[in-house]
Amino acid sequence: MSHTFFIAFSYILTALVVIGLILRAVIDHRIQVRTLAELEARGIGRRSRRG
Amino acid sequence: MSPLQAHFKTATSSPMIRELANPTRFMSLSGTLLPWLGGLAALLMAAGLYMVWFTAPADYQQGETVKIMYIHVPAAWLSLFFYMIMASSALGTLVWRHPLADVSQKAAAPIGAAFTLICLVTGSLWGKPMWGTYWQWDARLTSMLVMLLIYLGILALWRAIEEPNRAARAVSILTLVGAVNVPIVKFSVDWWNTLHQPASVFRLGGPTIHSSMLVPLLIVAVAFTLTGVALHLSGMRTEILRRRVRTLTILEAERLDAQAA
Repeated sequence: MSHTFFIAFSYILTALVVIGLILRAVIDHRIQVRTLAELEARGIGRRSRRG
Repeated sequence: MSPLQAHFKTATSSPMIRELANPTRFMSLSGTLLPWLGGLAALLMAAGLYMVWFTAPADYQQGETVKIMYIHVPAAWLSLFFYMIMASSALGTLVWRHPLADVSQKAAAPIGAAFTLICLVTGSLWGKPMWGTYWQWDARLTSMLVMLLIYLGILALWRAIEEPNRAARAVSILTLVGAVNVPIVKFSVDWWNTLHQPASVFRLGGPTIHSSMLVPLLIVAVAFTLTGVALHLSGMRTEILRRRVRTLTILEAERLDAQAA
């Protein structure tokens, strides 16, 4: 196998892992923000109505 | 006191650390910092990769495969860097009970594990054309594999214990025990006769790499570090929200219970 294969594979894999980390961070953050908004919409987070 | 504050109620010593211990303040500070960090990381990554691909010379022995170094080496540094972040956060959890320490530990683990994986795979892909083998059980390679296994063990332990504070204490102990591997990884190339070369950047007597290669390497390394730090901050923010979701879900369940009774 040519050296190009090893170099390209290394860079593609690194790019995929880093992009994966960024996507995971963005998606996870959105899920938590949405869930929190839903809970607060049901009045759960409000101090006055807790009990 | 809000559920979030109740969750993070704690005693900390230094005023600066106490300031940062306030999750609301942390959220606002990190929210401002994050786009700048991300932007700077992207700029430096573009500049570094341009130099790697268009100005840095091929190695006189290794030819173009030396290009793998520019991602393999920063990934290895970040693997150790994130372990050090986890170990200091573990101390923060066990000794000072800093409320953001276990959040920091938890957010750092998957990032460190990802960079360790990049380091191992790119190292293997560099090893085949240069050494003639993808893998050798030498001290550096083996201790790095152990590092990945420790990271995976830590990730598994986080998932095994549901209550975040209990999980954080158990993970802290595992992290601090695993920290013994950090100097082993770093000095393995000096302590044992390894196929892997010894250090050529962070060593007594200065770097042994020519500046035409050292400069792009350092730029890519800083870009990787800023990317990692941005991911870490973002992970901490998400983890704070996740804990708030957890607290509110429990509160909702308790309220429904009380209504049913």
